[in-house]
Amino acid sequence: MLTLLFDGLAYGMLLFVLSCGLAVTLGLMNFINLAHGAFAMAGGYVTVLMTNRWGVPFLLTLPIAFMVTAIAGGLLEKALYCRLYDKTHLDQVLFSIGLVFIAVAGVDYLMGSQQQILNLPDFLRGRFTVGGIGIGVYRAFLVVVCGLLAIALQLILAHTRFGSRLRASVDDRRVARGVGIRVNVIFAVTFAIGSGLAGLGGALGAEILGLDPTFPLKFMVYFLIVVSVGGTSSMTGPLVASILLGVADVLGKYYVPSLGGFIIYIVLVAVLVLRPHGLFSRAA
Amino acid sequence: MMSVREKRQSATAEAVRSVMKRHGRWSRLEIGFWLIAVAAWFLLPGEHLILTEIVIFAILALSIDLVLGYAGIVTLGQAAMYGVGAYASGLLSIHVTGEPLTGLLVAALAGALIAFPTSFLLLRGADLTRLMVTLGVAAVLHEIANQASWLTGGADGLQGIAIDPLFGTFEFDIYGHTGYAYSLVVLFILLLLARFVTASPFGYSLKAIRDNPLRASAVGIPVKARLVAVYTLSGAYAGIAGALFTQTQQFISLDVLSFQKSADGLMVLVIGGTGYLYGGLVGALAYELIQDALSSVTPQYWQFWLGALLIAFVITGRDRPRQLINSISARISRPRQPGRLDAVTVADKGKPT
Repeated sequence: MLTLLFDGLAYGMLLFVLSCGLAVTLGLMNFINLAHGAFAMAGGYVTVLMTNRWGVPFLLTLPIAFMVTAIAGGLLEKALYCRLYDKTHLDQVLFSIGLVFIAVAGVDYLMGSQQQILNLPDFLRGRFTVGGIGIGVYRAFLVVVCGLLAIALQLILAHTRFGSRLRASVDDRRVARGVGIRVNVIFAVTFAIGSGLAGLGGALGAEILGLDPTFPLKFMVYFLIVVSVGGTSSMTGPLVASILLGVADVLGKYYVPSLGGFIIYIVLVAVLVLRPHGLFSRAA
Repeated sequence: MMSVREKRQSATAEAVRSVMKRHGRWSRLEIGFWLIAVAAWFLLPGEHLILTEIVIFAILALSIDLVLGYAGIVTLGQAAMYGVGAYASGLLSIHVTGEPLTGLLVAALAGALIAFPTSFLLLRGADLTRLMVTLGVAAVLHEIANQASWLTGGADGLQGIAIDPLFGTFEFDIYGHTGYAYSLVVLFILLLLARFVTASPFGYSLKAIRDNPLRASAVGIPVKARLVAVYTLSGAYAGIAGALFTQTQQFISLDVLSFQKSADGLMVLVIGGTGYLYGGLVGALAYELIQDALSSVTPQYWQFWLGALLIAFVITGRDRPRQLINSISARISRPRQPGRLDAVTVADKGKPT
């Protein structure tokens, strides 16, 4: 039971890293980006390619995956996304679905449609037991890494100059521009970092979530759930939401496998009906 | 004796009525469109299967147009009603009767039955919430169909559907001759109904809600009731589209409830343009032609180019097809009675989202 809880926790932390970028673009910048999973997939493929084909150490591939997807995200933002901030939500949905199609078909073409298997280094395999709880080493690793990331993000958002500039730009773009904040640059950087985090999450999750070209479609709903349930007032909301989602999903699939697929959707619909702005939002 | 005020009111009512009547009139482009669609039955006997598919897609897109184009609800879950309609008519044909028209009715009811409770979930929240709720409902139904394999055949699909001949005489053949004629007639009837509904005061109140829900409720439009009504109607439309799919294919797979289906429907509608009913029809035609052309070039990866097209389309502005059609329409039809009422004309300019 506790082992399952821990697995759920690890899974939830992973979901948080995957979706916190989306929490910023969608939640704060109000841009419906269904293509977020595509960046995660890109990160996953970078890691798998480098460890399996070129023998780069796994830990080293993580920052590379972050960098590669961050750069890709930044370029895309400059080229395409920035034109869509002011368009309607429908336009944004269509645009990002188009991007997902491109990513899915493109990866299928380049890498083949089979599931990719990541060769983890030996020191991250196996399990150990603490107080009667069996814990997978890799899961523990995930919890630590993702937890650190979550804390770092919250600190950056709340206590740095960049964080306050970002919050200002989001709250009122025109006024922020008026007081001399370079809103476009802030948005571009934020978007790049968000994509990078997705890539990092994809790299970390390649082992647990599985990696094949349909990844962006399969997990799109999960990301959106985290953001819409978690609300957007701080990083805590998405964090709690993703841990809840992870635990609920793991426990649900284990105890009531026939219901496993429903639980997250039912929770989602229930939360959205009762609290349309998310569990932890400021009053709208 | 009428007071001045009453006179003025009745004059306004008269003006509004005539404007609405004019908006409800058939344009030449529309008539031409239907003539071509009918002519296709005679001239393209080899293409009836794909034409049937186009018609079914068009009905699905039409159902989305009712909620998106007229009421401004962004939905990514139309497959819920489409799929339920498909399964309902399929199960009916296996267990009760293979009569196609009954199947359509049952599917319409089933679609409406799903849409009605869902619509209450859509009354709260903004675009994102609606998007997620529609998506979630469709995903739940997809999972139910997947799990209840004793009923739906699960991932293997529902087999053994046998549809009786239409009116007892027209057999559904493998070339789709009956199928195309049948679907086209259904589409025509549904479009007539949609035309009637959207040109009615009800339809105008929907547009008001779409453009500004707050103001609409301020002038006394019952916003919630209207949204529930239109979503339910659109559910019935989607259910009928699903039933047509079942009856012409005589096979159902889980795909009818998939996200892909909803996204395709939305895409079809947007390619054709929202908010004038023909968007779905034009879009379905364009979509199938594009898909056909692309998949003959790159059978496996045509989605790549579809995605690229979609992006280009959004970036360049998706009003273009609509503008093109408007300008063609304007050129074809002679200007009638210039002047008087044009100032009052309620132009459908606002972007329908």
